[in-house]
Amino acid sequence: MLSFFIEILIPVMVIISILFVLNTMMINASWKKVLAIAVIDIAILYIVNAMMSDAGFFGTGIGDYSARLLVFIAINIILATSLNLINGITGQFSIGHAGFMAVGAYASAYFTVTYGESIEASFAFMGETGSSSVVLLIAILIAAIVAAIAGLIVGIPSLRLKGDYLAIVTLGFAEIIRIVILNIDAVGGATGYTVPGYANFLWVGIFTIITIVIIHNIVKSDVGRALVSIREDELAAEAMGVNTTRYKVTAFVIGSAFAGVAGVLFAHYNRFLSTNDFQFIRSFEIIIMIVIGGMGSMTGAILGAVIVTLLPEVLRQLPDIQIGATTFRFADLRLVIFALILILTMILRPQGILGTREFGLSWLKRPRKATAGTETTGDSEGVPIAENAEAKRLQSEEDRDQ
Amino acid sequence: MDTFVQQLINGLTIGSIYALIALGYTMVYGILRLINFAHGDIYMVGAYAGFILATSLGFAANPSAIGFVVTLVGSMAIAAAIGVAIERFAYRPVRKFSKMTTLITAIGMSLFIEYLFVFIFSGTPRSFPQLLQNDSYTIFGNATISTSQMLIFGVSIFLMIALQYIIFRTKIGKAMRAVSFNINSAKLMGINTNFVIAFTFAIGSALAAAGGVLTAQYNPKIEPLMGILIGLKAFVAAVLGGIGNIPGAVLGGLLIGAAETLVVGYGSYIGIPSTYRDAVAFAILILVLLIRPAGLLGSNVQEKV
Repeated sequence: MLSFFIEILIPVMVIISILFVLNTMMINASWKKVLAIAVIDIAILYIVNAMMSDAGFFGTGIGDYSARLLVFIAINIILATSLNLINGITGQFSIGHAGFMAVGAYASAYFTVTYGESIEASFAFMGETGSSSVVLLIAILIAAIVAAIAGLIVGIPSLRLKGDYLAIVTLGFAEIIRIVILNIDAVGGATGYTVPGYANFLWVGIFTIITIVIIHNIVKSDVGRALVSIREDELAAEAMGVNTTRYKVTAFVIGSAFAGVAGVLFAHYNRFLSTNDFQFIRSFEIIIMIVIGGMGSMTGAILGAVIVTLLPEVLRQLPDIQIGATTFRFADLRLVIFALILILTMILRPQGILGTREFGLSWLKRPRKATAGTETTGDSEGVPIAENAEAKRLQSEEDRDQ
Repeated sequence: MDTFVQQLINGLTIGSIYALIALGYTMVYGILRLINFAHGDIYMVGAYAGFILATSLGFAANPSAIGFVVTLVGSMAIAAAIGVAIERFAYRPVRKFSKMTTLITAIGMSLFIEYLFVFIFSGTPRSFPQLLQNDSYTIFGNATISTSQMLIFGVSIFLMIALQYIIFRTKIGKAMRAVSFNINSAKLMGINTNFVIAFTFAIGSALAAAGGVLTAQYNPKIEPLMGILIGLKAFVAAVLGGIGNIPGAVLGGLLIGAAETLVVGYGSYIGIPSTYRDAVAFAILILVLLIRPAGLLGSNVQEKV
């Protein structure tokens, strides 16, 4: 219990928060500053990676557990930010993200299992680390392309549909992808697929930061404005000359490509793939992350990924309680408690922890409330807050009803 | 031909169960525009409620028609109460919020029920007692139909007719239709919408529980996670028929049940191995939605500006 907090929770929280604060500084920063922050990021990741060993940061001997948790948090951050681009920014109701992750994971795993060693041999002059990095980078490129193509194939027909119909079709595609993979014997079928472990914490961390930076820049670009306009009002966006179908497919393809990247990292860190890892409950988990953090908020998605990954592990540490002759193992109830926390969060804070706002150091500098008479239609970034408008509309409807 | 009839009987048996569960999905969606992901778990709760009733009241030892009816009605009542409680404590507080919030609440509820049952009953499957003598009857040459299959057909047809009666011939049914048409106008007309919504959850949950007990008679293995996949397929059936549309849910359920069994039986002739069984429902759904975006019987509502 104590070693859990010393060895796992504290280092994980410290590392995540350092990187988090650092990366929020990237928001609205100049390119030079972004580059400088990225270099510092990678330096931190490198040091953490070097410090990691089975003995752990403090020699309690459960270091591989905390390393694993950190890697899974990072992979979940990639998944959450990429799904946030589709669901939160573009407003398309996709609940099949695990399918694209599976495509990326299996495509890259097939590549590394088949060609990994020969490529490593031909890059042997770069040393062991260098040559395995080359294989991983090629695998990531392949997976991103294959997952993007899958996103395109799923996206073009699906995006004629709206709302819940789109949701169920994306879910259906994800399940079909999973069942098709389950029936391909070349990637292990039902017995699972053993994959070489090319990825480590450093690579996962680097790609997490790359994902955050790219998606953040997309959101801030003119493409991002078009995507937000589709979320706010598709008809109005179309009337203003936004090619809604094209932008929706773009968001879908980019989101899927990054889900594919997450799949590669998962496959090559976990060293074993089974289609059970990509069931629809996995897609739901990613949705839960972005909704808990706050739909449409990048920092919210990151926060959600951290919470959803850490919470079950923290609850695992719950003590046993002896009442009379029976012992209640609260740790066995961890998923029940997790579900309860989820429901309560939705009841008490339906817009998620951050809402559509972004967490940043600017919070410290800027007055939180706009002065009277300068009410704007958007948040501090100028992005219209759909949730607030919707809440206001509902409130006025309610007032009218009573 | 005989095997075809046999496959069709088996398919329609599963299809009837899908239809019973799909009805709950479609009614709740029709009224609240909420995908109640916990509905598949209510089916599981129904099966467990039946299991507890049957074993504690001693129906398991000596099969009788009374025992079956008491178990069925009892588990339907228990599930209805649980459905109402879920609506009251989880869905009502989030009803006014965005779609995503309600969806996550439903997913949270589903996880809650599943893992609570894993905690209470452990994950190991249990064997549901046989409440009626299970005989086989030969029809159409060599095709056979068992008592439990006939029960599934009989009870589901009875329940569907009863549902049709409630919705189109009673006052509460009229209120349900009004609320599903426009919840705010219904409120203005003096309809107690909260009661109507609770009633809808009660009926939907009771139907799912009936599906649970009937399935347990046909295939006696019950476990806490049994509702996930069947719930998802029933939801697909509801969307296939046109979500919010009651005959559509029945049609979708029967269609998916029949298609699944036929793919297992004959798919290998056209190059689809039987392992693709679970993908069939989704493939049909995607094909149908591409041609008819609102489902088979659903009407496409044009967005007004």
